[in-house]
Amino acid sequence: MAYGGLTVPFIVMSVFWGMVGGVLPWLVPKGPNRGVINTMLVTCAVCCYLFWLIAILAQLNPLFGPQLSNETIWYLKYDWP
Amino acid sequence: MGSLFRSEEVCLAQLFLQSASAYSCVSELGERGLLEFRDLNPKVSAFQRRFVGEVRRCEEMEKTFTFLQQELREAGRVLAPCPDNPRAPLAREALRVQEQSEQLAQELREVSRNRASLRGRLRDLRQYLHVLRESRRFTSLPAPLGSPPRSRALSEREPLLDPSLHQHLDRKINFVAGVIHPWRVSAFERLLWRACRGYLVASFVEMPEPMEDPTTGESITWVIFVISYWGEQIGQKIRKISDCFHCHVYPYPESEATREDTLSGLHSQIQDLSVVLEETEQYLAQVLDKVVLALPTWRVQVQKMKAIYLILNQCSFDVTEKCLIAEVWCPVKDLTQVQDALRQGSYKSGSSVECFVQRIPTSESPPTLIRTNKFTAGFQSIVDAYGVASYQEVNPAPYAIITFPFIFAIMFGDVGHGLLMFLFALWMVLYEDRPSLRQASNEIWLMFFEGRYLILLMGAFSIYTGFIYNECFSRATAIFPSAWSVAAMANHSSWSSAYLATHPVLTLDPNVTGVFRGPYPFGIDPIWSLAINHLNFLNSFKMKMSVVLGIVHMAFGVILGIFNHVHFRQWHRLVLEFLPEMIFLLALFGYLVFLIFFKWIKFSAANSLVAPSILIHFIDMFLFTSNADNLPLYEGQVPVQTVLVVLALASVPVLLLGTPLYLWCQQRSLRTSQPTLVASREQEPLLEGQEAGNSVNATKEDVESGGHSPDAKHLDLAELFMHQAIHTIEYCLGCVSNTASYLRLWALSLAHAQLSEVLWSMVMRSGFVGLRYVGGVVLVPVFAAFAVLTVAILLVMEGLSAFLHALRLHWVEFQNKFYVGSGYKLCPFTFTPDHWE
Repeated sequence: MAYGGLTVPFIVMSVFWGMVGGVLPWLVPKGPNRGVINTMLVTCAVCCYLFWLIAILAQLNPLFGPQLSNETIWYLKYDWP
Repeated sequence: MGSLFRSEEVCLAQLFLQSASAYSCVSELGERGLLEFRDLNPKVSAFQRRFVGEVRRCEEMEKTFTFLQQELREAGRVLAPCPDNPRAPLAREALRVQEQSEQLAQELREVSRNRASLRGRLRDLRQYLHVLRESRRFTSLPAPLGSPPRSRALSEREPLLDPSLHQHLDRKINFVAGVIHPWRVSAFERLLWRACRGYLVASFVEMPEPMEDPTTGESITWVIFVISYWGEQIGQKIRKISDCFHCHVYPYPESEATREDTLSGLHSQIQDLSVVLEETEQYLAQVLDKVVLALPTWRVQVQKMKAIYLILNQCSFDVTEKCLIAEVWCPVKDLTQVQDALRQGSYKSGSSVECFVQRIPTSESPPTLIRTNKFTAGFQSIVDAYGVASYQEVNPAPYAIITFPFIFAIMFGDVGHGLLMFLFALWMVLYEDRPSLRQASNEIWLMFFEGRYLILLMGAFSIYTGFIYNECFSRATAIFPSAWSVAAMANHSSWSSAYLATHPVLTLDPNVTGVFRGPYPFGIDPIWSLAINHLNFLNSFKMKMSVVLGIVHMAFGVILGIFNHVHFRQWHRLVLEFLPEMIFLLALFGYLVFLIFFKWIKFSAANSLVAPSILIHFIDMFLFTSNADNLPLYEGQVPVQTVLVVLALASVPVLLLGTPLYLWCQQRSLRTSQPTLVASREQEPLLEGQEAGNSVNATKEDVESGGHSPDAKHLDLAELFMHQAIHTIEYCLGCVSNTASYLRLWALSLAHAQLSEVLWSMVMRSGFVGLRYVGGVVLVPVFAAFAVLTVAILLVMEGLSAFLHALRLHWVEFQNKFYVGSGYKLCPFTFTPDHWE
């Protein structure tokens, strides 16, 4: 997968959690538990999206790189693209 | 279940119960479990209450039931739980139950007594039989001449000669035969020897089969003894000694013939007695069968009856209207059901006048009722463990359903461990209806079982955070190809094999083109798990993440306070409390979140050497200083920060003095309108002249009460100021300390990651040493050790630790922002099986 920076993952995740938090609550059948299920969906979407966002933003512009042992470098030079 | 957001409306109501139908009405209400009864006779002792006789009768019946149950247990029968749900019995049914139970108890007592005495007699007879049989050895004819000679040592134990051969001697040999406890044999022998030296010969032999000791009930192998002696006085001594030692002495017939007769007589007696004993046992079994059938239903019935009478004792008796009045807390939604239950109760008791319920106003705070189902009950219970919600205040439980497992998962993030936890909880959930799971006696298992949905969600979120941390049993997975390219760095810096051999550690530089290609799309890049300096990166990431999530969580808590202010119509608190609180939090810590995100986005490896430190900027912001070495993050940072700090500091006095001053102004405006009323009342009696002493007194009282209220309000204001000061200090200092407290998310996730790393590298890796078949065999015990340690340390210990810290973060840091939690639960009067043992 060619690295497109931030845009592709950002769009995919925003759409996914946006659907979970914004669209699914409308589709929950009417019943006594509707309020709780909606609360659960929105809270879950916000929490998980925020957590993913923090993880990806922290790696967006790294200030330093990983320090590897020579054996690891030797192996990864040929194994990883 | 809209009532999960705040507790339901509960009202105080009065029930008017006709005396005749009071019992059946309360029985109906108990079956439905709607109301909580209040005790209207708190000062009356238990013995002076109205229905004390009935309660005592129920307790007597329960005593009879306990006796019956004991008898059943001794007979080894098991009492089955009551299959159906019988209703509380009416008066004549209760009488019948009492009579039948007492009759059964009486029968049982008699039969048991008979059986015990029969058994005792049988035991005596059998002992006598054994005595006669065994002692035949000692008194039999001497051995034939061909037998081997006996050594001198056995001379004392030699079988005696038949006394009939000694008939010609002037001394007559007499016998004492009996049975003695085996532990007393040596002492008995010694005493006999010392007392009657040489004039007796005692022989002991063990009984072939053990028999019951009548006093203790354990089966012992008794020792039969036969003492042959000369002389009457010796005989008396021997009998006295055997009395002292509690031996059973049996008459020993002299001649062989009488012995045979006695033996056969004993045999027939034993047979008859055994037959009678068998029949007695059969009858006993029949009686026990009857008890097993009837007892469960009776117990439930009598328990219900006793509960109803205890409730009726709490009602007050109205003599004029001949009815009982009960005060109950009733959920407003259930008032129609209550009326229905009362109607049914009146109908069942056959009375013509209906009982009814009437709502009455009250200034007391009603109890809290939050209806939950099996899913939400676990989450509600962890909120209630801190404090039951005050009446109609916002309930944190529906939000905690997701935030609690999420915060747990931040500290526990690992795909493998999360999956194990999820599967364990899934098993409990899928098989939750099995009685073996539900009714186990182990308390720790019951705790886990009741939290099964909680554990299910915790496991699910742990899988998600495990994917983000990129840890599966401490190993990273490269689902997407890594963003860091070692090949590009090697080509740029020409890392040949020789160069690598001389440099054990080398760093990848993100400034070089092609080395860093973009952020890893989902989670932490897998290269970091291979890096030596992975903690440098992860610590920075996790600390910032903890602070951001903590501030978001706390801001959410403050926002929830809005719902409380709106519901209780305290609009002034919206402006005077919520707004300053929010400004303080966001101006200082919201700005910190902004700084974190800004630095992530704006600064990269190109200017990494001069990248500013957020912490130093934050500290300088408070101290109004600046550090020359620390470059600003953006233009105009200093004036912006000054404005924010001034704004935050300005909100503190508003928070401190706003609400009390507002309430004080309110009181003053009320007071200025009151003196006009008092003045008009004072003028009236002067005009009318003091005709009725009452009105003068009444006016005086009004004046006095009018004078009292400002004083009372003054005291309230002082309290209010104090309360608000404490709240302000707690909030402001709490903002700082609670933000730091959220760093435990970082600390625990670091601990979990390091522990699982250690377990992998020190335990599991050592199983991969040998690559031949032997290595495969060695791997099995190594994996067993790894699995046991994973479950014990990482799942159980770390799981409990993360659970505890997530709980603390919710209870203190989150709920301090809006939750009071000083209510009490509605405990309805109900007959559900939870109340039975």
